[in-house]
Amino acid sequence: MTDDDHHRPVPPSPIERRVTALEQLLTERGYVPEGFVDEFNRAYENDIGPMNGAKVVARAWVDPEYKTRLLEDGTAAIAELGFGGPEGHYMRVVENTAGVHNVVVCTLCSCYPWPVLGLPPNWYKDAPYRARMVREPRALLAEMGCSLDGEIEIRVWDSSAEARYLVLPERPAGTDDLSEGELATVVTRDAMIGVARL
Amino acid sequence: MDGIHDLGGRQGFGPVVIEHDEPVFHAPWERVARAVTFGVVGTVPNASTSLFRHAIERMEPTHYLSSPYYEHWLTAAATLAVEGGLVTREELDQRAGGPFPLSSPTREEEVEIPPAHGARFRVGGRVRVRNLHRPGHTRCPGYVGGKVGVVTRVDGEWNIPDVEAHSPARVPETLYSVRFDADELWGDGQGGVTVNVDLWDSYLEPL
Repeated sequence: MTDDDHHRPVPPSPIERRVTALEQLLTERGYVPEGFVDEFNRAYENDIGPMNGAKVVARAWVDPEYKTRLLEDGTAAIAELGFGGPEGHYMRVVENTAGVHNVVVCTLCSCYPWPVLGLPPNWYKDAPYRARMVREPRALLAEMGCSLDGEIEIRVWDSSAEARYLVLPERPAGTDDLSEGELATVVTRDAMIGVARL
Repeated sequence: MDGIHDLGGRQGFGPVVIEHDEPVFHAPWERVARAVTFGVVGTVPNASTSLFRHAIERMEPTHYLSSPYYEHWLTAAATLAVEGGLVTREELDQRAGGPFPLSSPTREEEVEIPPAHGARFRVGGRVRVRNLHRPGHTRCPGYVGGKVGVVTRVDGEWNIPDVEAHSPARVPETLYSVRFDADELWGDGQGGVTVNVDLWDSYLEPL
């Protein structure tokens, strides 16, 4: 590669040209306001993500009354911690126990509880996960590193209508001394989707 | 519609590919595509999530399976922008410097609007999912068609997506969570697995 090649800008790819085409036409005609790209995305890049769901889980672990409210009316209990908004208008929280494991999928598109988990990872939206999780969850979970004892009942939630699901993982053993804030750091996104146990 | 998006239970897909420390957006164009989509859906007539989802479902199947997620959004947004009269296909092609693939037109010609009715089912009741193969939008996954399950929750009334995607009408109807044994769905004898699907009243029939 010569120095000249090195400085030549990479031409935009077809998808980049298409995005720019639609963006320019809509902007020129006033259908989208100046700064709309930041407006729609900034919160999801900074403030909204699995750290929100982790706070909900940690609160449920330390406060039995909160946990009862959370399982009864997820939307309201999550709103107590200040979380809500698009894709969180009707929240259901499903509890893992020693004998029950819950896992969430959307077979029809990519439904996901944005206010508590942020935007979904690609694997959640891709065909293999959506095709396989409703059909062979025990095998797929094991493939993803979550091997479950055969005695554990698996409940798959296909969240393709109005409810958005959050899995409440079991509190791990040996965490009795941790504060609520420390417990939140133990909780992972994958455990709240249900493809991992803590 | 029995579209390519309706993936539950399809066989032949390989492993789930996980990207560690995945960023929210993988490239600047994804960030723009997401925002442009909200801009279009906020502007076109009779806009709804159902309208947007159906625009993705109408993508040519090989395009759907071979394109990244936010290309689905962009294709749907451009399709709705053309159908809603915000831009023309020719303008998109010209600006993009080549063909701008859009979704196919909807094949739902006359949407069926179910008569208003109250909740027909209760928690604990057994129901069968109707074997529907309509050409328009639905949130009834194909893999539960004709299958028997048990109602585990009654979730109140929500607008039926099948109507919302094709009409200015908004028809609220009771939504249920229905639990299916995996063996009922797949006939493979797997035990200890249930699949729970949220279904509107008119998707169901009593046993």
